[in-house]
Amino acid sequence: MALHEIIVASAARFPDQMAVVDPERDVRVTYGALHKVSTSVQRLLEEAGVGPGSRVGICAPKSIGTVAGIVGVLKAGAAYVPVDSTAPPSRNGYIFADCSVDAIVADDKLLAGLNDELGLMEVRPIEALSPLGVDLVVARPPADRRADRSIVAPANLAYILYTSGSTGKPKGVMHTHTSALSFVDWCSKIFAPTPSDNFSSHAPFHFDLSILDLYVAFKHGATLTLIGESMGQQPARLAETIAEQAISCWYSTPSILRLLLEFGKLDTRDFSALRVINFAGEVFPVKHLRALKSVWPGPRYFNLYGPTETNVCTYFEVPEAIPEERTEPLPIGYPCSGDRCKVMDGDNEEVAPGEEGELYVAGGSVMAGYWNLPERNAEAFYNDETGTRWYKTGDMVRNVDGCYQYLGRRDRMVKRRGYRVELGEIESALYTHSAITEAAVIAMPDEESGVRIIAFMNWTEDASPSIVQLKQFCAKVLPKYMIPDKFSVQPSLPRTSTDKIDLQRLKDLEA
Amino acid sequence: MNERTDDVRSAVKEYILEEFLPGENPESLTTDTPLISGGILDSIATIRLVDFLEQQYGVGFDAHEISADHFDTLDQIAAIVVSKL
Repeated sequence: MALHEIIVASAARFPDQMAVVDPERDVRVTYGALHKVSTSVQRLLEEAGVGPGSRVGICAPKSIGTVAGIVGVLKAGAAYVPVDSTAPPSRNGYIFADCSVDAIVADDKLLAGLNDELGLMEVRPIEALSPLGVDLVVARPPADRRADRSIVAPANLAYILYTSGSTGKPKGVMHTHTSALSFVDWCSKIFAPTPSDNFSSHAPFHFDLSILDLYVAFKHGATLTLIGESMGQQPARLAETIAEQAISCWYSTPSILRLLLEFGKLDTRDFSALRVINFAGEVFPVKHLRALKSVWPGPRYFNLYGPTETNVCTYFEVPEAIPEERTEPLPIGYPCSGDRCKVMDGDNEEVAPGEEGELYVAGGSVMAGYWNLPERNAEAFYNDETGTRWYKTGDMVRNVDGCYQYLGRRDRMVKRRGYRVELGEIESALYTHSAITEAAVIAMPDEESGVRIIAFMNWTEDASPSIVQLKQFCAKVLPKYMIPDKFSVQPSLPRTSTDKIDLQRLKDLEA
Repeated sequence: MNERTDDVRSAVKEYILEEFLPGENPESLTTDTPLISGGILDSIATIRLVDFLEQQYGVGFDAHEISADHFDTLDQIAAIVVSKL
């Protein structure tokens, strides 16, 4: 089975059932129509030289056209590489060059930026998508930038999701049809979806939450309701859409649920269709979860856990009542998606039950590896004596009677609104500024937003920089969710005895 | 009309400085400083700003109005708000 075969099968079983609804553009497609229009995209891609073993970039705001683009790529036997269309073109250009895409499905308006990065591309409009109110094109990078055949992609590759990399460059997490379906099939069991379900698609397609939205909905002939970026920024409008479209299965980060709770006027509408609320990507503070459950008491709530590298590997169903006195976050729960978990110490030895250690995950939903990073892959996996390959999550956990509790990170990665942020990637970006010769970035816990990111740096020009100027610079080189909250310009940064920047001193300064 | 725009513009400027740019020299934030595309307003800051405008002026916004194309500078924001008063 492959991911696109899910759509072909649902198109055969439920041709007239609504597959995707875009409330903002007020357009919708049935499964029959989605099948047809994605085949048009597939043909155009094949004419552009795309086939099994190719990668195809996706760079466009969320729309039915983008969904058809993704399905078209899969039908052509290729893997899709979705990027944040609002991120700087330099970052997206890097990603597309890194995995040497054969073609890019892009929004017209974003082509100029990509041309600057990749060289002038051959462009063909996807006419089949015009009736859906979107102008997408198939663009082909110049021949010397396409399909580097020296890198062999894993067989059955379905998509590559790029996440923040500690060395300053994003890294590509490769998932096969098999690893995606391992997770999707578990969702079928636990959520028991039917064609009358309506799934939200809140997360952007470059974020791994989208895998549940797209393929679980499609597998069961359910409807997928697209929530684009601008609607996502208006909680009241978002709440109205959840009610009006009768969304039954919601999935987002806790941050979004908190915004709905705070600004969504949730007591004024009918949300009786909601039956499942899934959240993932970051810790949900218990007091906010409790408040949400009191406004929306009907649905079942699930805490889904898993780095992009594993899809979802553990889950925890939130109990009916959360005790008033509880303040510690809920557990990440029990293994799922055909995965096994164990808690290990620094010597790859299992710790005693209940002891703290790093979570290792093995099983069906674990990634094939990082794109073209052999050294990083060697570090990321541990092969045990039985030949089982374990992914080392970097997350510190404790196993209490089979139920896993998240304790924190082993390294310098933080989660901001569910997105992974490697503090090292921000530092690398700051170092690209000619006036900065020393930079260090720390994260401090924050009651309101979860985490605050603070950048310390020196400044070698005469006039000291304004915050506006520094933010503008960061916006040119980093995605928005990585821009520091605060900048602190110092004559020089404190050093440890081994001459490394003293991050602990900086944290003490900030505390 | 112009006076109205000036009032709204300075109220928005004051709100942004206080909430999202604490410690910034007010002169660094000009009427055409890019706010969304310039990394000053992230998605959550934008939501808070919209909520502030709705409360303060009793106006509502359509989803398409809140984007880096139409809502990116103090001038643009003041113009949208005044057009709704």
